[in-house]
Amino acid sequence: MRMLISGNIACAEGALRAGCRFYAGYPITPSSEIMEYMAMELPKHGGIFFQAEDEIAAINAIIGASWGGLKSMTATSGPGFSLMQEGLGYAVMTETPLVVIDVMRVGPATGQATKSAQGDLMQARWGRHGDQQVVILAPSSPQECLDLTVKAFNISEELRVPVIVLSDEIIGHMRETVEIPEHFNIVNRKITEDLSKPPFHSDNPMEAPPMPLIGKGLNIMVTGSTHNEWGLRDTREFKTHFKLVKRLVEKIKLNAKRVFEYEEYNIENSTIGFVSFGSVARSVKGAVKILREKGVEASYINLKTLWPIIDNPIVKMAERVKAIIVPEMNMGQLVLDVERIAQNKCLVVSLNKVGGGEPIYPSEIASKALEVIG
Amino acid sequence: MRDHFAVKYLRVELLPTSFCPGCGNGTVMNAFLKALEELGYENLKEFVFVSGIGCSSWIPNPYFKADSIHTLHGRAIPVALGLKLARPELNVVVIAGDGDLASIGLEHLIHAARRNADLLVLMVNNMIYGMTGGQQAPTTPIGFETSTTPYGNIEKPFDTCAVVAAAGANYSARWTIAHFHRLKESIKKAMGKRGFRFIEVVSPCTSHIVRKLKLPVSTYIRQLREKSILINTGGRGEITIGEYADRDEEGFVSRVYEYINRVRGC
Amino acid sequence: MNREFKPCVNIDRCKGCGICVDVCPVKIFKISTIPNSRGYYYTTVIGSGCTGCRLCEYMCPDFAVYIVEDKL
Repeated sequence: MRMLISGNIACAEGALRAGCRFYAGYPITPSSEIMEYMAMELPKHGGIFFQAEDEIAAINAIIGASWGGLKSMTATSGPGFSLMQEGLGYAVMTETPLVVIDVMRVGPATGQATKSAQGDLMQARWGRHGDQQVVILAPSSPQECLDLTVKAFNISEELRVPVIVLSDEIIGHMRETVEIPEHFNIVNRKITEDLSKPPFHSDNPMEAPPMPLIGKGLNIMVTGSTHNEWGLRDTREFKTHFKLVKRLVEKIKLNAKRVFEYEEYNIENSTIGFVSFGSVARSVKGAVKILREKGVEASYINLKTLWPIIDNPIVKMAERVKAIIVPEMNMGQLVLDVERIAQNKCLVVSLNKVGGGEPIYPSEIASKALEVIG
Repeated sequence: MRDHFAVKYLRVELLPTSFCPGCGNGTVMNAFLKALEELGYENLKEFVFVSGIGCSSWIPNPYFKADSIHTLHGRAIPVALGLKLARPELNVVVIAGDGDLASIGLEHLIHAARRNADLLVLMVNNMIYGMTGGQQAPTTPIGFETSTTPYGNIEKPFDTCAVVAAAGANYSARWTIAHFHRLKESIKKAMGKRGFRFIEVVSPCTSHIVRKLKLPVSTYIRQLREKSILINTGGRGEITIGEYADRDEEGFVSRVYEYINRVRGC
Repeated sequence: MNREFKPCVNIDRCKGCGICVDVCPVKIFKISTIPNSRGYYYTTVIGSGCTGCRLCEYMCPDFAVYIVEDKL
């Protein structure tokens, strides 16, 4: 089935197809359409929706519903995302599957509520206190909003980790044709009613332990404190914490190859390269065309996964080109990754433009490239 | 071998509890578990306990032999609500303290009361932040010396029961641990009701309040009893006990499910 | 029918708070002069005459004091 829908609606449709049956949220521009669509559609599928009193209630309610066995999600933007950080940390610590969609807008603070930006990248990775890792996906079209939201649910169910879909206002509000297949590959969490094995331990560090079912007389202890493999709180021992936090972090790191998704073009033949994500990746494609007309061969990497990241594609590009330009609608966040990964194999240049929701135009990106090549 | 009646509901291997000597938490546990015993529950299989952060939040996790979710400070109620909506057949009980529920978690408490969410909430009110070392709480009486009001508290304390009742809860009541039987009967009554049921229990904090007053805890408990006035006698004492609200409006969970069924046309 | 009530103390659980000593209507408890393995001066039963009111069992915050009923 083909529909002409916005990125926000595509996210919501993806969630419904992935089996989401619980939504608790709070209105915030530019993500409210996701919530309103879920309010309309979820009851039709027998799912539960309620508007929470604030974003903190929203993230905590979806944690409760996830432990109740339902695939749960919420959607928000920068200010709400900031409020949800503690809850996200709790979900990582207790290995609670859930999906949060952050439709980025200009910040910090209230910023420009209706204008697109890409300033939440580092926050999505590191916003929680303590040691933790989540998975972050970044769509650059309404079609990817649908596909990556489904993927987000699948990853969160399999790895028992919160997954953040980092969209932005341009993608969220633009309308394109979206192909919605009849069947999706859906992953459901493994559950267990057998407590002879410890519920917070996995022999295979790549796998999450099966999630114990509440309400079956298993006497499960779920806690945000450091806990041993049986869920019993232990706020004293070094070994208990180090073992736990290592397992939580490696659970994501070891699955990087399976989870990492990106798009690359023309690296072999290029003299200059671009690394970007989200709505900016669209402009990059236009810039490559402009440069080719001027006789310059350019390449791009469009990151669809912002964490965990596999370095190889960017290393390959750094070994091939004279310079990598990182255009982003913020004051320089993704460029820090590229600088680290490129390891001085080539020049790395930041192109920062944020404010007014103005996209970085293909002509601006092409001009910068020409300026860098000289 | 006969043992204390409560022990069949507890993880005995973890006793004695980490609560201070004379802490009211253990007595609250007794009242709650005796109520359940008298209602015929032989174990806690049908229950899920959700608690926040604070001494009384340690009551269900890890001491109750039951499913328990130990959440973030102040956030027990939204987690409990999400869980209850997903699993309406379970008895979801929130046990937390006054700092957790009436300060950082107050927003969630009031809205859950407004929604008449089908939760039983036990707020153990020791009028201080015990776990973190004796700081002022929104329930600390005027004039009290705490670690953050070393020259005397200048703020009026909350009447949490009145706030919850005004928000629309089906049941809102306050007792002290000196009123063991009334507390137990109140819990039994609340277990038979739907909607939001809130029971506040005034309880001694032996390490911070009782110690500062230089009293044995048994004297403090007697004082709690002496200072309490029943609400329907028309007086407001230092401690007003009794039922602030006793209604039978439809609870949130059934309204949500009715709404879904109406949309689906069934 | 005679009902006989025997107060029992789990010494290791007792923290010596003294609540049972205070609430007992027949003053059957007294705090010992020797501490338990955790250093608490635990409660002990002195004398007889327990009425079976169970106030001690209900009030005890540590599940350390309880009444056993012997039916004679």
